[in-house]
Amino acid sequence: MTSTRSLWTQIALLVVIIMVCVFPFYWMVTTSLKTQIVALEAPPVWVFEPTLDNYREALFEDGVLRTLLNSLVIAVSTTVLALILGVPAAFALARFEFRGKKDLWFWFITNRMVSPIVLALPFFLIARNLGLLDKHITLILIYLTFNLPIVIWIVTDQFRGIPYDLDEAARLEGASQFTIMRKICLPLAMPGVAVSAIFSFIFSWNELMFGLILTRTEAKTAPAMAVSFMEGYNLPYGKIMATSTLIVIPVLIFALIASKQLVRGLTMGAVK
Amino acid sequence: MRGQVSRKTVFGFIGPAVIGLAVVGIAPLLYAVWTSLHFYNLTKLKRVEFIGLENYMTVLTDGVFWQAMGRTFFLLGTALPLQIALGLMIALVLHQPGLTLIKTLCRLSLVLPMATTYAVVGLLGQVMFNQKFGVVNQLLGGADINWIGDPENAFAMIIFWDVWQWTPFVALVLLAGLTMVPGEVEEAARLETKSKWTVLRYVQLPFLLPGLVAVLILRTADTLKLFDMVFTLTRGGPGSSTEFISLMIQRVGFRGFDQGLASAQAIILLIITIILAQIYIRVFYKEV
Repeated sequence: MTSTRSLWTQIALLVVIIMVCVFPFYWMVTTSLKTQIVALEAPPVWVFEPTLDNYREALFEDGVLRTLLNSLVIAVSTTVLALILGVPAAFALARFEFRGKKDLWFWFITNRMVSPIVLALPFFLIARNLGLLDKHITLILIYLTFNLPIVIWIVTDQFRGIPYDLDEAARLEGASQFTIMRKICLPLAMPGVAVSAIFSFIFSWNELMFGLILTRTEAKTAPAMAVSFMEGYNLPYGKIMATSTLIVIPVLIFALIASKQLVRGLTMGAVK
Repeated sequence: MRGQVSRKTVFGFIGPAVIGLAVVGIAPLLYAVWTSLHFYNLTKLKRVEFIGLENYMTVLTDGVFWQAMGRTFFLLGTALPLQIALGLMIALVLHQPGLTLIKTLCRLSLVLPMATTYAVVGLLGQVMFNQKFGVVNQLLGGADINWIGDPENAFAMIIFWDVWQWTPFVALVLLAGLTMVPGEVEEAARLETKSKWTVLRYVQLPFLLPGLVAVLILRTADTLKLFDMVFTLTRGGPGSSTEFISLMIQRVGFRGFDQGLASAQAIILLIITIILAQIYIRVFYKEV
């Protein structure tokens, strides 16, 4: 008897957890399908005739499409750059002994923790002096400060898991370290590389503060755009939620793909 | 021998990354140190002058900085215990055997809040907590609570979203700890005692401790970083009731135009972060 009862409490608890996690998304999507009149009904209505007008207006009339493309270009470029710089560094950290390893680790962890405002202040002044405000490249570079550490950390971890015997065999045949990395270790490390790319993409795509401070119109990112709808009195709630939905869908898909590694990545490997 | 390669090879692999990081990560910090030693106001750029440690003195004696710090740690002190209590409960439920399908679903749902764009969380807050047509007041039985415009309610709302977004993280970290307990040990303990509390305290807790320490340090760092969600939701208001440390620095630097003072505040924040990072490294990366 008690066991069936505890089974039901368990199910009830699990359902509540799922609902609390998912409900805000449900509300976001339904609000995005409401006309302004329906969205402003008090108390809010749960059943209504859905419309895609908010999406159409946001994307094609208010320029959200362009900011989404900006975000995409920036997130993909910074991720590619982080991989190009980070993968060889990760290989060195996993395979070579050298001085200064400790300092690098310290630097990575500090970067995981430091508030973006600390970098945003000097970056703004530097970008302004160099005429780099409102340029894609500025965000691509500044996002490296958090993407590079995460890429290096995840890929190092992956390289460490590859048996050293493989390197040794190749080296006896005269392969250079670079060839060993590219031909032997990298193909085996692909899962880690993919996960690190997903992390890098999510962090860059989600970022607001730098986008807000360092861009105006040309390079404006999607989160910065969504926030700029919040000015004025008659807020277009449906449109804001439509933009939010467009922003959130890709990250949620990526996060679900990488869900098994999410915690390990967020704790920089402290939690297995 | 493993790992014995020439310096040139090492540099070839790691050089580009180190140079890249130095240019985008370290050089700006040095510039911030320089700015912090100057009178540097964006509206009075003709008058940039060296003033030594004056900005730092202002920060340390200024009530605003410490109030923002106090507010930040008050948020941490209220949200984190909730996250740990709820997270532990969720982890224990997920750790029980059986019900695989619904548990997998639950685990996937837990991933969603963590990945959500902070700014979108703030926007969702605007919509759901609106006094008139917000669904939260409706679900509270038609309450008429002014969430965004009232200092204490706004603070409670920030706590709510922080707990919503980061309890899953704590739950999954603790769940990882629970799965580290060897099966035989847990079973033997369950045969010895019927009390779940005893099992938790004496068998499972030692395995949870590393995760709890990680959560404590990372949540502290993340609360010091907190900006996007609060900025979109309340902009630090009403008044300064939700102005946490990163928001306060942003306001001083970009809405108050005093880059010198803001840089000094940022450098102090950086020093606190460095101490946190050092502790984290000492605890978790003994082998490095």
